[in-house]
Amino acid sequence: MRYAGIDIGSRSIELVVVDDASEVVCSLQADTGFNPMAEAKKLINGVNYDRIIATGYGRNLFEISFEAPTVTEIKAHARGAWTLFPGSQTVLDIGGQDSKAITLFENGKVKKFEMNDRCAAGTGKFLEIMARTLGFKIEVFGTEALLAKNDLSISSMCTVFAESEVTSLIAKGQSRQEIAHGLHTSVIRRAAGMINRVSSEGDIVFTGGVAKNPCITTLLSEKLGRNVRIPDEPEFVGAFGAALLASEID
Amino acid sequence: MSEDYTSMWEGLGLDLAGHDALLEVLGNGYQDIYLAQKDRPEGMGYFDFVMSEVHGLRIKELLDEKAAGRKVIGSFCVFVPEEIVQAADATLVGLCTGADFAMDEVEKLLPRNTCSLIKSAFGFKLGKVCPYLETSDMIVGENTCDGKKKSYETLSTLVPNLYVMDLPQVKSAEARALMKAEYLRFKGAVEDLTGITIDAARLKKGIEIVNNKRKAIYRLSNLRKADPAPISGLDALLANQIFFYDNPVRFTESVNKMCDELEKRIEKKEGVFPEKAPRILISGCPMAVPNWKLPWIIETSGAVIVGEESCVGERGTRNLTDDNWDTEEELMEAIVDRYFKVDCAIFTPNPDRLEHIEEMVKTCKADGVIHYGLQFCQPYLMESIPLEKALEEKNIPTLRIETDYSMEDVGQLKTRVEAFVEMIK
Repeated sequence: MRYAGIDIGSRSIELVVVDDASEVVCSLQADTGFNPMAEAKKLINGVNYDRIIATGYGRNLFEISFEAPTVTEIKAHARGAWTLFPGSQTVLDIGGQDSKAITLFENGKVKKFEMNDRCAAGTGKFLEIMARTLGFKIEVFGTEALLAKNDLSISSMCTVFAESEVTSLIAKGQSRQEIAHGLHTSVIRRAAGMINRVSSEGDIVFTGGVAKNPCITTLLSEKLGRNVRIPDEPEFVGAFGAALLASEID
Repeated sequence: MSEDYTSMWEGLGLDLAGHDALLEVLGNGYQDIYLAQKDRPEGMGYFDFVMSEVHGLRIKELLDEKAAGRKVIGSFCVFVPEEIVQAADATLVGLCTGADFAMDEVEKLLPRNTCSLIKSAFGFKLGKVCPYLETSDMIVGENTCDGKKKSYETLSTLVPNLYVMDLPQVKSAEARALMKAEYLRFKGAVEDLTGITIDAARLKKGIEIVNNKRKAIYRLSNLRKADPAPISGLDALLANQIFFYDNPVRFTESVNKMCDELEKRIEKKEGVFPEKAPRILISGCPMAVPNWKLPWIIETSGAVIVGEESCVGERGTRNLTDDNWDTEEELMEAIVDRYFKVDCAIFTPNPDRLEHIEEMVKTCKADGVIHYGLQFCQPYLMESIPLEKALEEKNIPTLRIETDYSMEDVGQLKTRVEAFVEMIK
């Protein structure tokens, strides 16, 4: 049997198919764009599976369009992270417009979670817009930020205010790397606060696209004094978790 | 609505265009949230009718009562003792506070960082869309939270008939004495308004009417303990909301009649949600009509709400007033005793509330608690943090939600609520 998980996020869609041994047999990604269901359809048309579960912000639309069951991103990321790093008890997921800190019971079930409640402050979207403001490609934003020689403090968390703060820092002649570093620090301040509300010790599994940013992961580990473990493809963890959950349906 | 009430609304000074817009939103919301539910008890037909006529027939009834010499008193809070109002043959109505309206006008008078409920009360006045407010002969404000008591200073410039009741904030003998003095002063004000002297017999009658209404609601709460739940949380909330508007005797009969039906459902093991559906207790700020946002999100996420620890719910209706007394003095003491037990978050400290939540979790067989805090409502938001900690220490899963009347956070709320439901399944 083949089990699929599709994670329809605000920024991208991931599809993962696993076999009976929970091994990944296929993983695909596409931009969400303006018509997420059309993109999702393209992805699923290319693969074979017996059962599918949808997650991510587009899950309810998928449920209606394709009559598939759904789980929340929180459960999906928890499930995926727990399989990739057995015994893990804390998961941080920062995606395109949401961030979540999740703690798990020993059996992998969700114990408690915190989630940002309405704006995109401190999420992937925030970093993307800031990278653009500073003229960096998002792929190199973290590496560039790590080159900063000094730390620089950015006080605004709101994307709109932070953007104007960045503009005024540029006008003052501050280095792009240092401003970038300051922006990464501000994201971490928020993420660390969220983690501290649900968990105080142990390793943290970091999932979601933002976990690919080396500056974020370095700063997170420094700030919390805890080991941060990153999956090979952190943006696929939600879809992987959903696929595993699909394999567990009675 | 069954009739054309345009001239009635005009007579009350309502803004007809704004009022039409409000009724349209209310009607659509009701359709999508209430009428879309499956397997509703037949007895809800009565409450559907009341809602469809909430600005129509019910207002006409109140105007007819006024024409016959009765007075109408509007209130924003469960601390306003309905027994005293009924004792003077007057009618107490809850005033509209459950939707955003005329916010541009409101923010000229109140800071933006004011809770939705207070802003809504002002919006309905400034937008001229609340017929209850315009029908009221007296509007009672009460010194509960800082937001309310300071906003009444401004409200008094907008309405000619605002009466402000002081309330204690601690549970001491001196505080009780203050409440008693204020209830006596209120009794005097109601007597002045109605021209009726409230004696022991009248108080007894008032207590009986209000106690009967409460008993009917207890009966309903009690039936919600069954699994499968015989009635949705949305429908039970509606009955609790209508508690504040309807003719009390007719309300009592209608709730009891629906309870007869629910008892039969329980016997047949019929429910509105499947057996073993996750059961949630809501705790926190009041939900006034048409604030159905969070219950709607919860009940479309596969869970059923089995109780409301709220002013529009058990906090407001818990405890009867003891009527085994003969003198006016004793009956007034009994009324004070009853209201002094209300565990509103304006009291400090407020340990009874945690006890009540724990008790309700047990009696309602709830799997988890969702704490509902209105943004900028300091008393409830402050209490929610230690409450969450205390409940989780007792292995009662708890989710704290902070929101307002806008719909902009529905997507994220849905994810959080669904994840919570997955957790407690």
